[in-house]
This record gives sequence, structure tokens and C-alpha cells, in this order.
Amino acid sequence: MIDPSSVRSRLALLGALAIALSACSSAASPAASGGGGSGATKVEVFSWWTTGGEAAGLKLLIDQFNKENPQWLVVNQAVAGGAGTNAKAVLKTRMLGGDPPDSFQVHMGHELIDTWVTTDYMVNLDDLYAANGWKDKFPQGVLDIVSSGGHFWSVPVNIHRANVLWYNKKLFTDNSLTPPETWDQFKTVADKLKAKGVIPLALGDKEPFASGQLFETILIGTLGADKYKGLWTGTTDWKGADVTQALNTFKTALSYVNPDHGSLTWDQANDLIISGKAAMTVMGDWIDGDYTAKKFAGYGWAPVPGNKGIYDALSDSFGLPKNAKHADAVKKFLTLLGSSEGQDVFNPLKGSIPARTDAGKPPAGAKQYDDYLKSAMAEWKTDTIVPSLEHGAAAKESWSSAFTQAIVTFVTNQDVATAQAALAKACVDATVCK
Amino acid sequence: MRRPSRDRLLSLGLIAPSILAVGVFVYGLIGWTGFVSLTKWNDLRPDYSLAGLANYASDFANSRFQIDLRNTVVFTVFFVVASVVVGLLLASLLDRRIRAEGLFRSIFLFPMAISFIVTGVVWKWLLTPSAGVNTLLGLDPSTNRWFTDPTVLHLDANTGIGKILGDFGLGFLASSEFGVPVAMLSVVVAAVWQMSGFVMALYLAGLRGIPEELREAARVDGAGEWGVFRYVLLPLLTPITLSAVIILGHISLKIYDLTVAMSPNGPAFATDVPANLMWQTAFKDNEFAKAAAIAMVMLVMVAVVIVPYLVWNRRQEASA
Repeated sequence: MIDPSSVRSRLALLGALAIALSACSSAASPAASGGGGSGATKVEVFSWWTTGGEAAGLKLLIDQFNKENPQWLVVNQAVAGGAGTNAKAVLKTRMLGGDPPDSFQVHMGHELIDTWVTTDYMVNLDDLYAANGWKDKFPQGVLDIVSSGGHFWSVPVNIHRANVLWYNKKLFTDNSLTPPETWDQFKTVADKLKAKGVIPLALGDKEPFASGQLFETILIGTLGADKYKGLWTGTTDWKGADVTQALNTFKTALSYVNPDHGSLTWDQANDLIISGKAAMTVMGDWIDGDYTAKKFAGYGWAPVPGNKGIYDALSDSFGLPKNAKHADAVKKFLTLLGSSEGQDVFNPLKGSIPARTDAGKPPAGAKQYDDYLKSAMAEWKTDTIVPSLEHGAAAKESWSSAFTQAIVTFVTNQDVATAQAALAKACVDATVCK
Repeated sequence: MRRPSRDRLLSLGLIAPSILAVGVFVYGLIGWTGFVSLTKWNDLRPDYSLAGLANYASDFANSRFQIDLRNTVVFTVFFVVASVVVGLLLASLLDRRIRAEGLFRSIFLFPMAISFIVTGVVWKWLLTPSAGVNTLLGLDPSTNRWFTDPTVLHLDANTGIGKILGDFGLGFLASSEFGVPVAMLSVVVAAVWQMSGFVMALYLAGLRGIPEELREAARVDGAGEWGVFRYVLLPLLTPITLSAVIILGHISLKIYDLTVAMSPNGPAFATDVPANLMWQTAFKDNEFAKAAAIAMVMLVMVAVVIVPYLVWNRRQEASA
């Protein structure tokens, strides 16, 4: 005899299995299908640009590309949040799982080289560089950063500068001060501001990169461009007296910061400049967009003390992973990203400057570069370019983390000897120093 | 004879998917993580050659991991004790048959319905030195620094208990490595706010389960209210306390979402926790084997709390 209730439960079980199986297959399908109804083949470009000028800039480029190449449909496959950390985690699982996107956003330099190139996940772009004559268009400093083993690995779309001192113009004119050019001058200026009840230096290091980046610019200011670059190649000694001096300067600078720096992010610290509670802050030039968004025009800028003539650069670049499904389309898209026209469409919106030295004239009607960006472009052509540590250009990620860890600890305990030992050990752990 | 076996087959069939899923996705992956923690996979590309305990050695030598372990212990002790005390207090008060008991019960229990992320964000706003509580109460932001306070309280090695410890060769206990980071206590406040209502509910159920006759008997024997509580109710609530400690303990040893929303690192990592370091080690630094070692250390910490409880529970069930 067949018990009807057991038949029913067996059917229910089958149903549950069917649902589970279909859930599995539907989860796997989006990567395989795609293309939409237009008949164009979908090309996935992976980024963490989801909002603001950068997303708008990328969209303009993608729209232009899709219009010129109807057989392709480039899609910005963005993962939001965490200044790219979320996107990077998703990207890693996809790359290791053998399902790479067609192209992805990555900081130029060691973040790309040590993560993806030395592990053999990328295709070199030597033919693109040759075909487009990029070797003469990008400055040598950038070519050095994007290349490894004699090959080029990514196309830099933009350039940001990390070593800029931003200040409230009114506070400086009211107190008849000029932006300091050395750290000794900084101390004089800061003491005067402090006496007036103004916070001399605004810092927001809730996200630890902010204090790491401040120290990075002090290292540049103390060691100069060549010795700073040598820190990342093992030719400059981390135990040297000049690194000690940089740490002592950093300690001095920290005595002038707002007491609540640990609870603020960099843009909240910037609000102190805008409200006139603080006079100066050291931050990358993405802060320019923050001023624009907050409709504040009373800001001035200068190189961080000691950093004159040195451009601490970082860049978002795009590369071509091995086994990308549409390498032809990617190469065409990268050509657009590397072209003058492409860079001049993207960068005014993103609030950065083009990596090419011959770009800088957006077409009439498009968004133009603002005053800061114009001055940055001028300096980009003449300054010595050095790679930024905190933004992936100078060293691999684990080294950058260890460096930041030493600095975050230093900000609290201000123990120069311990910090210097930790910085030296980080270089050894990264197998660059002996 | 056939019917029970068919039932049995059916029930086996019904639980098989979940056994399979748990086997693969929980125990299988624990085993895999354990294996990875012994390999040299400290670059993006997997390298499964064995490295012995090198990753564990390197993690334990990392000053940040040492700080994280201290933070976890401090957080767990303060969070569990405070939640149990506050929960028990609230439950005892509600057990006095007060008016609108249901309303108060809901109010105290409600924070538990909120995710730790929301709690973290709200308490971050409340305890940001330049705003929130300080502004409300007119406190000085430079002395009331809450989760941005870098102070680590520890015994003074030269006086009092610290000196006695030193005499016994335990002087290292009187150092900041074994201190209490003040910033972490702000996170404890947020966590207690969220979880003490849950503990209250556990205790309230326990109190309601104690027959009125027992209290009456104690009162007849001349016990005061405190005596009833101390010698009758509290011993009978021991199983509840144990459950509460286990549940809170395993939450706090694995805590991540609350601290990451409220204060991911804190001054000199005063509010950092192992889970945060593990995430960063794996997905930012690409040091997967070292991250797996951190995961295994966390698993062992939780297992030390959970396993004895499970064993005790089984014995209780067997004897019941």
C-alpha cells in the first residue's frame, strides 16, 4: 500500500531539491549570458567607482566607446564601499576562481605588480604602448611605476597628488602668514596660529591611511626624492639618521593636530578648515573635490613643507587579466582610456589630472579643469615624480599595511626608536631589505 | 516492520541536505582553513607546500595581533559580566509584578532586534568626542575621549599589587600588554546596551519558572528578600547564567561588526579585534595562510568556551 502522505512528502522533497538546484544554476548564469537584447557582446570592466565624478567620468568614456563600437557593450561592474577594499576582495575571489573580469581598476605600481603581475595573472600591454606611442606621452616617472621586468602592465587614467598642504586663506591673510616651505617654518607658523586659538594642523586618521600619508610626505620632505624612492628598493637604510629625523618631525607635527583626530575621517577634518577652526591639513588632491562639493572657495594650496618640486603620485589604472574573454575589446577600450581625448573627458569630472603630459585641453562644452588642477598639471610636467606608499604605488600591500601599523602605533605612543625598528622590520619582512 | 524504516529513510532524506551542507561548508571548510594555516600561501597564488607552524609564530609575534588578543579578552570579560549583571538586575526588577511590565520588557528587549552595525554607528555618533554625549552633558572633549582615548590602564610595576607580582616573577602582568584599553570600554557600553535586554529575557523566563512555593517556604523559614534572592533564586538560576555566559561569550570572542562600525582600529589599535586583522591580512595583504592561522586561533578560543558547555549539556540530557 502506498501511503498518500509519504508520496506528498516525497513530492515536497523533490520540489525543494528542484528549487535548490535552480538556485545554483541561476547563480552561475549571469557571467555566461549577458549581451542584453541588442546583440552586442558584454564586456565587463570592474571598478569601485559607484558615485560622484569618477563614476560619471567613467560612464562618459563607456558611453563613447559603446557608441563607436556597437558590437561591444562595456559595462561598469562596480562594487561599492571601503575605498575599494570590498571591490578588491570580490576581484580576488573571481580571479582565483578562474572567472576574471575583462578589465579591472587597480592602483598603478606595486599594488598591481606584486598582487597580479608577479603571480602571473596579467597580460603585458607592450604592444598597446608601442602602437599608441605612450612611451613618449606619459612621463618617465609614470613609466617606471607601471612597468616591471621591462614590460608595461596597466594604463593610467588619471593622476592624483598626495603631498599637498591645504590651508584656509582667510586665516593666513588675517594673521599675515605664508604657507611654510620647511618644517622649521611650519613650527613658527603653527605656533602663531596656536596662540590665536586656531588648530594649526587638521588631521582625521580614523582611517589610518591619513596619518600614514602625512608621514609619507614628511619622509619625502626630509629625504628628498631619490632617497625616498630608495626606501622602497632597499637602497636607503630605514635605520638611518634621516628616518629618525623624519619621525621626530612627525612627532612635532602631531603636537599641533586637533585632539579628536582619531574619531574623524579626512573629509571631516577638512570641515575644520572650511569652518576656520583649523588652518592647514595635509591630504591628497581629491580634497579639491570636497571643497567644490561643499561650495567653499577660500582655500589655498602649496606643496607639503620640503616637498617642493616633488610630485607624490598615485593613479587609477586599468589592466588586462589573462583569460579575459574579450581581450580585443579591452585593448580598444584601454586605447581610449590612454588617449588625450579620453583622459580629458574623465579627469575634470574625477577631479584629477591626466597622466599624459600632452593632454589638458578638454573640448569646448565639456567640463573644464579648475584652477587647482591647472596648477597641478603645470607642476606635473616639471616635478620629479615619486610613488605614493599609502596608495599602492610604492610597495606591496602587506608592506604598506605593516608601515601603516607602525605609524598608527607611533601616533599614540610617539616612541621614535620602536617605530623605526618596526619600519625597518617591515622592509625585511617584505624581502626587500636584508 | 517496513513502516518505521521508511519513516527513517524519509527523515534521513530530509536531513541529508543539511548534513551535507553543514559537513561541507562548516566542518569541511574548518578543516581546509586549518590546512591552509599550515601552508606557505602568503601570496596571491596558492602555494600548498607546508610551512609548519611558521604562520602561527609570525602572527603571535605581530604586535597588533597581541594587542587584538588582549582586546578580545578585555572586551569579553567586561561585556559578559556587565550584561549578566544588568540583565539580572532588570529581570529582578520586572519580576516585582510592576505595572506595564510588558511595555518595559519590550523596551529593554528591543535593542536586540537591531543589528550590531546600526548599534555601532549610533554609539559612534553618541560617543564622538566633539559631539553627542559630550555636547549634551557639557563634558570637555579633550578629557572625555571615549573610543578615541589612547589610555591603557594597567598595574604600576613599582607599587602595590604590581610590585608583589614582580616579586613573584610575574612583573610582566603589570604592563600595558596586560592592561585595559579605555577606548574598548566605550564599545563594551554599546554591546551591553544591545545584549543586556536579551539576558534579562532569559532570567525573567528563569524566574517565572521557579515555583512560588519555594520563595514562600524560604520566607516562612525567616529569610528576607535578599536572603530569598541570594540563597534560593540565584542558585536555581545557575543554568540560565551558564547559558547566558556561553551565548554572550561566543558572540564577544568573534565580535567584528560592532567594532568595525564603531571604531575599526582605534588609537594604537585599542579597539581592534582579531576578526578585523584577519580580514585585512587575507583580503588586503594577500597573506592567506597567516589569516587562516588567525581564524584557527579564534576557533580555538570559541571552542574553549563552547565545547565544555556542549559536553555538560549532553550529560544533563542523558541524566534527565
